[in-house]
Amino acid sequence: MIQLAFLIGLTGYSLGILLPLLARRRPAIQNMTAHGAALLGAVGGIGVGAAGLTAEVPYHVSLPSSLPLLNYSIRLDPLAAFFVLLISLCGAAVAVYALGYVREFYGRYSIGALGSLFNAFLLSMTLVVLADDGFFFLLVWELMSLASYFLVVTEHDKADVRHAGFFYLIMTHVGTAFILVTFLVFFDASGSFSFEAFRHPARPLPEGMRTLAFLMALIGFGAKAGIVPLHVWLPYAHPAAPSHVSSLLSGVMIKTAIYGLVRVYFDFFGGAFPWWWGFIVLTVGALSALLGVMYALMEHDLKSLLAYHSVENIGIILLGIGAGMIFQSYGLASLAALGLLAGLYHTINHAVFKGLLFMGAGALLSATHTRNMEEYGGLIRKMPWTAFFFLIGSVSISALPPSNGFVSEWLIFQSLFLSFQIPDILMKIMLPIGASMLALTGVLALACFAKAFGISFLAMPRSRHAKEAREVSPAMRLGMGGMALLCVALGLAPMLVVPAIDRITAPLTGVSIAGDLLSKGGLALTPVMGEEFSSVSTPTLGVLLAVITPVALLGSVILGGTLRKRIYKTWGCGLNLTSRMEYTAIAFVQPIKRVFSTIYQPTVKLETEFLQESRYFTKHRSFEVHIEPVFQKYLYDPVVTFTLAIADRLRVIQAGSLHLYLTYIFITLVLLLLITG
Amino acid sequence: MTLVILQTVVLLAVSPFIVGLIRKVKATLQCRRGASTAQPYYDLFKLFQKDVVVSSNASWIFTATPYILFASTLAASLLVPLFVSKVPLSFAGDIITVVYLLALGTFFLILAGLDTGSAFGGMGSSREAIVASLTEPAMILSIFAVGLTAGSTNLSTIVHKTALLEGIVTDPPPHLMALAALFIVTLAETGRVPVDNPATHLELTMIHEAMVLEYSGRYLALIEWASALKLLLFLTLLSNVFAPWGIATAPDPIWMTLGLAVWLIKVSGLAVLVGVIESMFAKLRLFRVTDLLGVAFILSLLALIFFYTLRG
Repeated sequence: MIQLAFLIGLTGYSLGILLPLLARRRPAIQNMTAHGAALLGAVGGIGVGAAGLTAEVPYHVSLPSSLPLLNYSIRLDPLAAFFVLLISLCGAAVAVYALGYVREFYGRYSIGALGSLFNAFLLSMTLVVLADDGFFFLLVWELMSLASYFLVVTEHDKADVRHAGFFYLIMTHVGTAFILVTFLVFFDASGSFSFEAFRHPARPLPEGMRTLAFLMALIGFGAKAGIVPLHVWLPYAHPAAPSHVSSLLSGVMIKTAIYGLVRVYFDFFGGAFPWWWGFIVLTVGALSALLGVMYALMEHDLKSLLAYHSVENIGIILLGIGAGMIFQSYGLASLAALGLLAGLYHTINHAVFKGLLFMGAGALLSATHTRNMEEYGGLIRKMPWTAFFFLIGSVSISALPPSNGFVSEWLIFQSLFLSFQIPDILMKIMLPIGASMLALTGVLALACFAKAFGISFLAMPRSRHAKEAREVSPAMRLGMGGMALLCVALGLAPMLVVPAIDRITAPLTGVSIAGDLLSKGGLALTPVMGEEFSSVSTPTLGVLLAVITPVALLGSVILGGTLRKRIYKTWGCGLNLTSRMEYTAIAFVQPIKRVFSTIYQPTVKLETEFLQESRYFTKHRSFEVHIEPVFQKYLYDPVVTFTLAIADRLRVIQAGSLHLYLTYIFITLVLLLLITG
Repeated sequence: MTLVILQTVVLLAVSPFIVGLIRKVKATLQCRRGASTAQPYYDLFKLFQKDVVVSSNASWIFTATPYILFASTLAASLLVPLFVSKVPLSFAGDIITVVYLLALGTFFLILAGLDTGSAFGGMGSSREAIVASLTEPAMILSIFAVGLTAGSTNLSTIVHKTALLEGIVTDPPPHLMALAALFIVTLAETGRVPVDNPATHLELTMIHEAMVLEYSGRYLALIEWASALKLLLFLTLLSNVFAPWGIATAPDPIWMTLGLAVWLIKVSGLAVLVGVIESMFAKLRLFRVTDLLGVAFILSLLALIFFYTLRG
């Protein structure tokens, strides 16, 4: 069964890598073969994931290689299976969507390369979570980074896209270097790159080395996940990529970093760590969540806005995982399982709704040819399906009941509130503060998506582009619809999701909590303390809302008879209302910008040119507002300047002469021999 | 099931009265006779019978919002104990669910404000967004501070345990701080002076009223009723979470009647207090509201810290 699924997956992706390259200059065929094969591969992946989550014993395959230290070994334990499932579910929906989306690239960019890389990207992500060997992991991790880099720079004729790609390439490689250090620490203690040896090193890691491995893993995986302050590449690279790729980057790829963190902290370290590790993860999470959503609010480029929300949601996931780590370090196993489970639940939820929202943004982009929200408006009438799916995504990401985002955020809230069981008073107080940060993040996300949906889809069209927009192709709608359905299912059926995730957390924390977590025959969720403590039941809430709405409708008819409706234009103070009088996205967030001006440090420039005859009439007025990019200015710019200065100095030895370089090699060799000899 | 329906009926019936009572108190303090407390019922009835006018710019969001708002507010109210300490639907959600259900209504109301293309609606939406984002952290934290004493975030458990003084170790300072914080939150969330003025029709000063400016007829009736429900919900939270005494701790008809009477007296008392505050204070400038809500947040944070430090 598992072998068959593996075979289907591998065949699909391999065909997808090869076939598009063969059909040269036939974009339609390249598109069909690439994304059809990707769909096949993803279906295989779904099979692998499902089988892995239900299997009793982890499935394990190992092939030797010609290189020393490298083993092509994979292991399908529940943790890996969960992520394979996540990658494949999103991959399948995105592949369907891409069938329609890449059509606009016909004749402009190579569809063969795009399709082939798309498959390579999906395959490498799947292998990353399956890898059971440090060396092999780094190899496929690098492959994933490169494939995604080339996908990001698809529109390579644009300078800003090239810059975004370059930025991404540097950040991801810096991250890989840090991950390498983590693995080397383990290698040093165990003498092997196999993950099994990492779990049970030959000699125990000294305290300093453990701390080093913890920090390096946090930075290394954090750079990929986009935690603050390593998030700066994300709002550049994710919007620059074609939208179906952005959807995978934001929805799926950054989750491989979450996988890495859980793998290292809970699996390799076996959950044995001091409390302050968890506290650091929690703090980083809270900071990322809050700053992510705050910067998202100020974005009016829809795709950048979504990219910042990925920073926010990674933060929320880390809040759950961090709380789990803190509980683990105090020996509160079932609470640790709860935190970890909540974090992983949010991981799959975010993958689904962020994938959906990016696809929605792609649909808007292909219909209007702009990413600027201020040029949208009124699209709900032109693109009713896209609007509906985007609304589902918005409700989910804003964590409104009974959506999937609500379920996972509720679980994270509960695990933060259960901190009163911790014996340490500092943690008792810090965790609820984390919860209040999460509350603030949640409402700001609501404001942000009210803005994103309201400005883009409602009221009057704000530009010619929006006026002439048309609904997107059926394939794109199908891709979005599938994801929207998943969103709803993940929200209304937590009784199916929780036991599945419990299979991951049970071996990692040592306790299975699915039984405690589900009460009333699976209808309600109760965090390990029992129903007395608290409980939530999204199916009941869904039914409640679904019953009250028609009753209210019926009640209004009883009280007032049948609806008599008049359609009339909006009152515009006696003027004819035009789209220029509408509230804009900038105006919508102005109060928020003002209240949090310490964080944003906005600079506003207003220039007015008056008529010569009278200063009562303006001829021209320009308004500019900028948000200080604090992290770039104070953190990255000094590093860049320093690196460039060093490079400048080193130019002296880079004379470009071959003889000189040979001499350097000779000197290095002699020095090395002297040191080792 | 009967209890759920009973609670629904009581909520729907009492909520307009509270609005009328606040208006009456304000009128009395202004030396006016004022309209009778039954006026909001007449208003609702009349609005239901009127035609609705819908903007030609508006989409289905505009038409669906009144129903969604009404449903989410009523659903949230059903999770809160009114006159019986254990509500049958308490398993469906705790205090966080109540907060997020209300947020669902707010989300759609913000969208509806933007939907007609009128700048007033947009202005209201934008302001509602900032007020909501500042109140919710304070609300979550203050309820949690109270929930700690009962060891639960489930409203029924909190109310039940506090009413019976069962396993409660309570110190007055954190409780009072949390109460003060939640009271400020109540004023902000329900659009009362000094945060918002429900009586204003000057576009530049309003928040909630600006968002619903384009609504008429039965849509407006549903929205008004939902706001009345929300007000009642918050007053109930204040009275039952902090002073649940008198509430029926078992579903027994006699105790329930008594509980109903006590609850009515408590929420009416709070409504009078809201009316007095509305008459005594001026509405704050929008950017001063942040200070007030900041105070609420700090108070709830202090409540939390005091709770732990007083216990040692």
